[in-house]
Amino acid sequence: MADVRLPGTLTPLFPGLPRRLEVEAPTVLAAIDSLEQQWPGLRDRLVAEGPTLRSHIHAYVDGERAGLETPVAERSRLDVIAAISGG
Amino acid sequence: MPKTMLTVATRKGTFVLESDDRRDWTLRGPYCEGWPVYHAIYDPTTGDIYAAAASEWHGSAVWRSADLGETWEMSSEGLTYGDEDGRKISKVSTLARAGDRLLVGVEAPGIFESRDNGKNWSLLSTLSGQHGSEAWDDPANQPPGHLGISNFVTEPDDSENFFAVVQGVGAFETEDGGSSWTPRNKGLRRDWPADYDDVGFCVHKLVRSSDPQRMYQQNHVGMHRSDDAGKSWTEITEGLPGDFGFAAAVHPHDTETFYVIPVDGGHDRTMHDGKATVWRTRDAGSSWQPQRTGLPQENARIGVLRQGMTTDTHDVPGVYFGTSTGQVFASGDEGQTWTEIANYLPSISSVDVAVLD
Repeated sequence: MADVRLPGTLTPLFPGLPRRLEVEAPTVLAAIDSLEQQWPGLRDRLVAEGPTLRSHIHAYVDGERAGLETPVAERSRLDVIAAISGG
Repeated sequence: MPKTMLTVATRKGTFVLESDDRRDWTLRGPYCEGWPVYHAIYDPTTGDIYAAAASEWHGSAVWRSADLGETWEMSSEGLTYGDEDGRKISKVSTLARAGDRLLVGVEAPGIFESRDNGKNWSLLSTLSGQHGSEAWDDPANQPPGHLGISNFVTEPDDSENFFAVVQGVGAFETEDGGSSWTPRNKGLRRDWPADYDDVGFCVHKLVRSSDPQRMYQQNHVGMHRSDDAGKSWTEITEGLPGDFGFAAAVHPHDTETFYVIPVDGGHDRTMHDGKATVWRTRDAGSSWQPQRTGLPQENARIGVLRQGMTTDTHDVPGVYFGTSTGQVFASGDEGQTWTEIANYLPSISSVDVAVLD
């Protein structure tokens, strides 16, 4: 199971969604889709048309910048970050 | 007196102002998790509040409150052009009730509808095939602000006939629920070359009076009036301090009375000479009178956006506007005198009002 960390701006939108949880999925997109099953609408908060990660959402797998198709291993850590932006 | 409720959309969430007498007001909020909100409305059909919002991080969605703002849910289900289309939704800009349709205008320009009070959305129209549509999907051709569909004119009980404004292009009318559209820009002034006669007009705010034949609009280069339901327009700018502005509102009971807030048309885009002023006509634009009593008259460098002014439906109607610097001003006497009823809010995008029985 991958160790997934989510941005603090996401959790208030979905009751019961924790900042940190475990997901079994082969890619970043599959991990997000897995969360979508439990919290409908979550995918659209992270993924834009394309599909691509939204422009100010960054993902890192084991500390390396990742895209939606980046593989996620059994013991990977997946950080989803709301990039510093706005004002 | 029934309760009066203002729904205020800001750069950092939605706020609600309430009053039983239009003198003492209470403020609630911010709601919508502080998302930038571009337009928030009270829907008299359902009693819901809807807010069109677009987060820099989490994209666009429509928020809904069924209890006047106490609790909220949001949805963007179906609010997409899809992965194959090539167009993307950068923003949801404006909302309106049209019969059983809840409409939302988006950029890239398009109209989505919901038939279940904002839970699910589907694409209604992109106005494809209209003059100019071959160019307006290109983000490089979008005017600053990137609003796409910037304004609707609807009747709450009519799902077939309504107007939509494409920012920087003009107004269009449908009489068949969005299946076909007709440009409604005849007679408007423009001070720039354009490829077509019927589009290429920068309509900022389109409003309809209690007589559906009588409409007004503030656009980039003047105030205009229509006496034939938008089919033709006559300029009525003379007497105003400038031709540029965004906000416009109609008197709810008198088709001759109308309000505008002219602002500088350059980079400044604040009220002229630092004096906060609402201009009112009582004769359908033949003459204009400045309304300043109670408004700041020194160094008031404040702007008001296109959805930033509205009127209520009391017998003696109130007029309200929200500013780019976070104030809300209210008049309980048709614009004669004004009071600041909120301050230090984030920059205000829209003000909507409802009289709740």
